[in-house]
Amino acid sequence: MQDVLDERSGLSDTLALISAVIIGAIGLVFALAGEEEILRLQGLIILAAAVAAGFYVAAHPTNLREEKRSGYFDGPIRVATVACVFWGIAGFLVGDILAWQLSFPALNLDLPWTNFGRLRPVHTSAVIFAFGGNALIATSLYVVQRTSQARLPGKWAPWFVVWGYQLFIVIAASGYLMGVTQAKEYAEPEWYADILLTVVWVAYLLVFLGTLKGRQEPHIYVANWFFLGFIVTVAMLHIVNNLALPVSFLGTLSYPLFPGVQGAMTQWWYGHNAVGFFLTAGFLGIMYYFIPKRAERPVYSYRLSIVHFWSLIFLYIWAGPHHLHYTALPEWAQTLGMTFSIMLWMPSWGGMINGLMTLSGAWDKLRTDPVIRLLVVSVAFYGMSTFEGPLMSIKEVNSLSHYTDWTIGHVHSGALGWVGMISFGAVYCLVPWLWKRQGLYSMKLVEWHFWLAMIGIVLYISSMWVAGITQGLMWRAYDRLGFLKYSFIETVEAMHWPYVIRAAGGALFLLGGLIMAYNVWRTIRGDQPVDVRDQPAVAAAPELRPGVVAMPAE
Amino acid sequence: MSHGKKIDDVTGVETTGHVWDGDISELNKPLPRWWLYTFYACILWSIGYWVVYPAWPTINGYTKGVLNYSQREQVQQDIEAWKSGHAKYRTQIAEMSLADIRKNDELFQFSIAGGAALFGENCAGCHGRGAQGGIGYPNLNDDDWLWGGDLEKIHQTIAFGIRSGNPKAHDTAMPHFGTDKILDEAQIRDAANFVRSFSHLDVDQEAAKRGSQIFADNCAACHGDQGKGNQELGAPNLTDAIWLYGNSQEAVMQSIRTGRGGAMPAWSERLDPVAVKMLALFVYSLGGGQAEAASASAPAAGADKQK
Repeated sequence: MQDVLDERSGLSDTLALISAVIIGAIGLVFALAGEEEILRLQGLIILAAAVAAGFYVAAHPTNLREEKRSGYFDGPIRVATVACVFWGIAGFLVGDILAWQLSFPALNLDLPWTNFGRLRPVHTSAVIFAFGGNALIATSLYVVQRTSQARLPGKWAPWFVVWGYQLFIVIAASGYLMGVTQAKEYAEPEWYADILLTVVWVAYLLVFLGTLKGRQEPHIYVANWFFLGFIVTVAMLHIVNNLALPVSFLGTLSYPLFPGVQGAMTQWWYGHNAVGFFLTAGFLGIMYYFIPKRAERPVYSYRLSIVHFWSLIFLYIWAGPHHLHYTALPEWAQTLGMTFSIMLWMPSWGGMINGLMTLSGAWDKLRTDPVIRLLVVSVAFYGMSTFEGPLMSIKEVNSLSHYTDWTIGHVHSGALGWVGMISFGAVYCLVPWLWKRQGLYSMKLVEWHFWLAMIGIVLYISSMWVAGITQGLMWRAYDRLGFLKYSFIETVEAMHWPYVIRAAGGALFLLGGLIMAYNVWRTIRGDQPVDVRDQPAVAAAPELRPGVVAMPAE
Repeated sequence: MSHGKKIDDVTGVETTGHVWDGDISELNKPLPRWWLYTFYACILWSIGYWVVYPAWPTINGYTKGVLNYSQREQVQQDIEAWKSGHAKYRTQIAEMSLADIRKNDELFQFSIAGGAALFGENCAGCHGRGAQGGIGYPNLNDDDWLWGGDLEKIHQTIAFGIRSGNPKAHDTAMPHFGTDKILDEAQIRDAANFVRSFSHLDVDQEAAKRGSQIFADNCAACHGDQGKGNQELGAPNLTDAIWLYGNSQEAVMQSIRTGRGGAMPAWSERLDPVAVKMLALFVYSLGGGQAEAASASAPAAGADKQK
C-alpha cells in the first residue's frame, strides 16, 4: 500500500511537470512566433504561468500518504472561492460601466479598449464563467467530497483545474480588450483559448468522477447528479459550438465550422444550454446542498428531485431555437424550440418547489438568517425566470420581445436574482467553513448586501420590462396610412431614462458585491466576528462544532 | 452513512433513509399533484401543437401540420397586402408632377406621411430627427435654402445630392482661402469682420472697412455684391441670421480659411423614384417651402403647415 502511494506521488509530480513543460512550450511558441501582438503577449502570460507552476510543483513534492491523512482537499476550493468574489466584482463593475455607456455614449471615450463592443464580452464572460464558473468549481468540489465522504483524487489535478481555469479567464478577457473574438455569444474566446478550456474541463470531469468513484456512501446525492450533468453537457456544448478552423496556428483568427443558419442553430443550441446547464443545472446542485445544510431541514421531496432532474436535462437541450423565432431557421425547428421550452416549465419549477419547500418547519430562518434569505429568495427569482422564459419562448410573445430590452431584463432577473444570490449565499456559507472560523465577520453586512442586491435587481428588471415592451410596441406601430410610425432613432431616445434607472440598479448590486468582498476578506483574515451571537450554529466550521463530521471516511 | 428511515417531526413524513455529510436527508413526499397535472397538460398541449403546425423533420422534409401554415407565406401575404394598399397612391405619385401632387390633398398627405417615415430612417442621421440640422447640416425647417426651396429644386437636391459623385449632383467648390494661401490671416480676419457686419454683429469697424475691398475682390463673385448669395452656386446668403458653421469671429474665419463644401448622398441611387418624390414633398411641407419659379432670395411663399 505504501509503495503504491509513493509511486503515485512520484507519478503525480512527473505528470504535473510534463504538463507544465508542454503548456510552457506552447506559450513560448506564441510569444516568439505569434503573428499578432496580443497573441505574443498572451503567449508570455501562458509561459509565465507554466514556469511558475513548474517551479511550485518541483518545490512541493507530493506525499499522498500525508495528504490523505489531512482530511478533505480544500486548498483549490479556497482559491476558487476567492476568485469567485474577485471576478464577481470585476464582472459587475464592467456591467455597470456598460449600463452607463448605454445611457451616455460619450463614456465610450472614443478608445478601442473601452468601447462598448469590446467591453460587453468582458462583462458576460466575467459574470458567467469567471464569477459563476468559480462558484461552481468551488461548490461542486466541496460538495462532492462531503457527500461522498471521500477526498478529491490526486494532488495536482485539482490545482490544475482551478489555476488553469483562471488562466483561461485571463486569456479570454485580455483578448476581448484587444479585439480578439469569435463573435459568438458566451463563446467569444478564440480557438486556442477554447482548447485550453477543454483540457481544464476534462481534468475537472476526471477529478469529480474520481471523487464519486471513491465514495463511501453508495447512493449519489442529488446535488452531484446536477453537477455531473452540468460538467458533461457543458463539455459537449463547448466542443461542438467551438469547432473551428484556425486561419493560422500562430494567429488568433478562426472560422467556425458551421456557416449561415446552421451556425446560428448551433450557436443558440449552445447559448441556451449555457444557461440551462451552466447557470441552471450546476446552480441547482449548489441549491440542493446549501439550502438543506444551512436550514438544517431535509429536502422536500426525493421523488420530485428524480423526476425533475431527468425531465429537465432531457428537455432543456431542445430549447435553443426559441432564440431564433421568425428568422431564417426552419419553422419546424422553431416549433420544437417553443414547445420543448413550454414543457420545460414544470421540470424547472420542480427545482423551485424543492428549494422553497425544504424550508418547511424553518420559515422563521428567513427572518433571522440573511444567508438563508439569499439562498431562498434566489430560488424565488429562479421560479420567476423559469416562468418568464417559457412565456417568452411562445412565438407570438417573442415577436414582441425579440431584440428588445425585455430579453435583457429576463437575463438579469435570472443572473442577478437566481445565480447571483445563490452564489452569494453559498460563498457566505463556505468562507467560515473553509477557513475554520466561528462565523462570518459580520452578519449585519450580509443584511446590507441582501437589501442592496434586492433593490438593485428590482430597479434593473422593472426598468428593462418597461424599456422592452416600449421598444417592441414602438417598432411595430403603424399609422393609419400603413407607414411605420416611429423611426429607429426615436425608439433609442425613448430608452434613455430606463437605461439610467437600470444603471443605478446595477450600481447598487455592485455595491452589495463590494460589501461581500469586504466581509469575506475580514473573515478570511481571522478578525473576530462582530455579531457571532446573531449567527446560527451551522455558520461555524464543522471542525469547531462538536459531534459534526469533518473528515472523509476511511 | 446511516440507513434508517426516520419520521421527520415537523412534517410527519418519512425520510428515504439515506443521509449525506452527517445531516442531509430527503423526505419521501410524492410528486405534488398540481405539478404533475400541469406537466402533463404542457406535454399534451405540445403534442397538439405538433399536429397543427410544422414540427418534426423527416428524411426529406418535415411534418407540415394540419393547418398547412407557413410563416414565410404569411409574411409574403402581409407584404403583398401592404403593397396593394399603397399601390394606387404610388402609381399616381410616380406619374404626376410634384406640383400636381401638391394640389391633390389626399396624395399630398400620403406623401408627407411616407416622406416622414423615410426621413426618420435616411435623413435624420445628418439633418436631425426634427430636421433641425446642426453645425454643418442645414436646418430644413426654415426658409433659407442653399440650392433653392421650391419643389423641383428640393427634389433635385435630394435625388442627385451635393458633391456626391453623381453626374447630376450639385458640385461647386469654395476656395480654401487660407490653406491655399490666397489670403493671409490678417486679410481673413478683415474679411470675416466685414461679412459679420452684414448682420450687424459686433465687429471691428476698421477691419470691416478693409474687409469690404477683400470681399469685393474674392467673395462677391459667388456670394453676390450685397452678399445675398447665389442658389445656382450653393453660395449662402451671408446677410441673414442663419449660419451653417457658426457666426463667431473664429467660426467665420475658419470657414474662409479652409473653405466649406458639405456633401450629401444622391438618394436616387439608394431609394426608388416614388420615395424620392415623397421625401421632396415632406421636406417642402416642413415650413420653408417656396413657390415655383420664385426668385432665389424670396422668403417663404408656400409656408404649408403639416396637417
